[in-house]
Amino acid sequence: MKFETPATTNPIDQLKVIGKPTRRIDGPLKTTGTAPYAYERHDVAANQAYGYVVGSAIAKGRIASMNLDAAKAAPGVLAIVTAANAGKLAKGDFNTAKLLGGPEIDHYHQAIALVVAESFEQARAAASLVRVEYTRGKGAYDLAAAMGTAIKPQASFGTEPDSGIGNFAAAFAEAPVQLDARYTTPDHSHAMMEPHASIAAWEGDKLTVWTSNQMIAWSVGDMAKTLGIPKENIRFDSPYIGGGFGGKLFNRADALLAVLGAKAAGRPVKVALTRPLMINNTTHRPATIQRVRLGATADGKLTAVGHESWSGDLPGGGPETAVGQTRLLYAGENRMTAMRLAVLDLPEGNAMRAPGEAPGLMALEIAVDEMAEKLAMDPVAFRVLNDTQVDPEKPSRPFSQRRLNECMETGAERFGWSKRNPKPGLTRDGRWLVGMGVAAAFRNNLNGPSAARVRLDKSGIVTVETDMTDIGTGTYTIIAQTAAEMMGVPLDKVVVKLGDSAFPVSAGSGGQWGANSSTAGVYAACVKLREAVAQKLGINAADAVFADSKVKAGRRSAPLGDAAADGELVAEDMMEYGDLAEKYQQSTFGAHFCEVGVDAMTGEIRVRRMLAVCAAGRILNPKSARSQVIGAMTMGAGAALMEELAVDKRFGFFVNHDLAGYEVPVHADIPHQEVIFLDETDPTTSPMKAKGVGELGICGVAAAVANAIYNATGVRVRDYPITLDKLLDKLPDIA
Amino acid sequence: MQTPGEFELSRRGVLAGGAASVATAALVPIGAAAEAREAAAALPTAKVAFDVNGTAHELELDTRTSLLDALREHLKLTGTKKGCDHGQCGACTVIVDGRRINSCLTLAVMHDGDRITTIEGLGTPDKMHAMQDAFVEHDGYQCGYCTPGQICSAVAVLGEIKAGVPSHVTADLTAAPKVTAAEIRERMSGNICRCGAYSNIIDAITDVAGVKA
Repeated sequence: MKFETPATTNPIDQLKVIGKPTRRIDGPLKTTGTAPYAYERHDVAANQAYGYVVGSAIAKGRIASMNLDAAKAAPGVLAIVTAANAGKLAKGDFNTAKLLGGPEIDHYHQAIALVVAESFEQARAAASLVRVEYTRGKGAYDLAAAMGTAIKPQASFGTEPDSGIGNFAAAFAEAPVQLDARYTTPDHSHAMMEPHASIAAWEGDKLTVWTSNQMIAWSVGDMAKTLGIPKENIRFDSPYIGGGFGGKLFNRADALLAVLGAKAAGRPVKVALTRPLMINNTTHRPATIQRVRLGATADGKLTAVGHESWSGDLPGGGPETAVGQTRLLYAGENRMTAMRLAVLDLPEGNAMRAPGEAPGLMALEIAVDEMAEKLAMDPVAFRVLNDTQVDPEKPSRPFSQRRLNECMETGAERFGWSKRNPKPGLTRDGRWLVGMGVAAAFRNNLNGPSAARVRLDKSGIVTVETDMTDIGTGTYTIIAQTAAEMMGVPLDKVVVKLGDSAFPVSAGSGGQWGANSSTAGVYAACVKLREAVAQKLGINAADAVFADSKVKAGRRSAPLGDAAADGELVAEDMMEYGDLAEKYQQSTFGAHFCEVGVDAMTGEIRVRRMLAVCAAGRILNPKSARSQVIGAMTMGAGAALMEELAVDKRFGFFVNHDLAGYEVPVHADIPHQEVIFLDETDPTTSPMKAKGVGELGICGVAAAVANAIYNATGVRVRDYPITLDKLLDKLPDIA
Repeated sequence: MQTPGEFELSRRGVLAGGAASVATAALVPIGAAAEAREAAAALPTAKVAFDVNGTAHELELDTRTSLLDALREHLKLTGTKKGCDHGQCGACTVIVDGRRINSCLTLAVMHDGDRITTIEGLGTPDKMHAMQDAFVEHDGYQCGYCTPGQICSAVAVLGEIKAGVPSHVTADLTAAPKVTAAEIRERMSGNICRCGAYSNIIDAITDVAGVKA
């Protein structure tokens, strides 16, 4: 099915199941420990051996020699895989660095060996006996120092690194009110709770990988390319994924090394990355240095909007696209954005939740707060004044829906924004300096082709199969809701099977495209199944009403299962898209409000209240969508206050490579959080009329926290994370 | 400016490289004698007997086996999760003789005679424990990987408060601690949820405790 014109009324609009706050259908499995994650699939292959990964101890250079004698002789060892014995391996299209390093080393903790043994303990002990001599090379590890070497990168995914319209330089120079400020965001780690893990088994030339992966078809393709075998010979299965946030979009060393280890050992092998290996072995959100220049008239109209960003990556990598939102978020006739990329020999930079927008808005939305103060305007009113309903670079192209102002005003009302003292540092609650902050949330909506297969059996059970993944996003449930709504059955008559590459190829989980895209694919398959049911029952599909597990047409009524009385009915289809996303700018919007307390004596920062108001199309399951947003707000609070991969600039690695050193928010850091979804549908996105929320939720959060800290203390920190040492010597005098 | 030790590895530099890298770090001598001993040593095993979720188990284990791996790899009770394997995340929380512990930080052979409750012992999909049901109702999870640890912790936390065990945020150490959101947040802070379900988890726990968050 091709979606080429805006949706009209369709069965989803009945909203009998869609749109209702629904308990997750996989909830009872997850809460009882019976949902099987990748490393736990004892049942899928007998005689599994254990692999343990050895990571490079240098960031750049060569392995001079590797002595495996002691490791091979250790008890229980079955095989050791290294680049020297693994055979020819191609690099996957989605990886910047090779998953198995050697003799050249591209980054610290790049995998250089897998030790396979009968038990985990034996594999771990033997791995410690692998002797490696390195020739250390010279690398670049310091973004600030490498800034001068940064170049204009190639366009990626159709996005040019530079954009411009009007005459930014002249308009900025002439603007009566100007802001020119520099902001920095550090490297961030996904730090999902489930380590990357895979079990691999070969049967002849057929390979099965039980893994934890967000994008099944991409990763099957990359595995085929890496091994030089047909992708038809490879099956991936990833029904439960213990968090991803972009860190499991691609194959990682666990998958490739389990595959190679299984080949070498001649039996199934399971591999999990250890927690201390994860941060340097896998990908991270790259650090940025950003310059924002804003020019406005005295009455607060933006006339010049400029945003530049510098980031680094390994050779062949790409920039953190931190300026993207600035091209669309606010009005202003004269604009420029630019991205520059330096070569850094740190681990591979790549997508993490809201890549681009998350760090971009961390800078831009502080800048907007600073500009509002220069103009003596309320930051909500300043944003509302500079709203645009069209693409500012191409005014003939409207937004499909844009209710940012309503988000702002609804949030201000609900949060008690009018009680905020615009003068910073003056509100006290006992020992706490109290402040409120606001920031806009913005993230584009993306749709991707997505296919599904739907089965109907004679008892009226509808089974959906798609290689779509549920990374905690609630996919199982919204897909079940979609099938239930389309086929007119209750939720408990729907079975959802995900994450198996034997199923039709979906959009996968990433870029907050999963919910709308994957359910639209299920919609398409259900339309076909409805036609098959009608045909089987001898009624006109256009007249058929699917409700209460029955099919009705005129006076006729038959149980849905009757259509499958003499055999299961199967329908499969894919939703594809026309050019609506070019005609209309499809984006999601929100407003984040935050209240913090800062200890007047110690500078300790506590988040006291958080509110998000989101406008993101139809909300398919308000219960799980709300969770997506509060989870993203939590990650945003982490980005504001604590998350920072500390770079060892001599040796080139992230020092704090575990969960004690890389701090993420814990229970005590997070207050009760509120989320409001504006009631809206966007008929230009799909028949579901939905968009994504999982990344919108993090966009702008850190800036809202930063702006609240400024309002509380009068101290403006432009370098994240905002830790108390950056406030302490500047706090107001204690009376 | 050349920073000290940039190309010449000093002892300080090796330490900066982190413990995880030492075993394979360039030019770090590892005693050949120690290697030989490791290779020659017979598999060190020991017998241990304990009760898990009401079922007696007797295992002969490599003595290096953590309680977590004994549960997950030997008894195939995979509800208990390995998030970090060194006591930083709480995903492996189980209840041993009534107290919650990180099962990754304890060796299985140290638990001879113990009574262990894991997430599987609290309830099943068809017959969930009240805390499990409350987590589903309040959407107190997303990816589900930290969830068994959160739930085991939550059940134990309510027991600790009931037993009068104070916490860092208990204002009056002589009075019985109360079930408040602040007490629960403090006591649950050893269980990390990267999906960020904290606000909902507190709602679930206070629901079970019969108080308002």
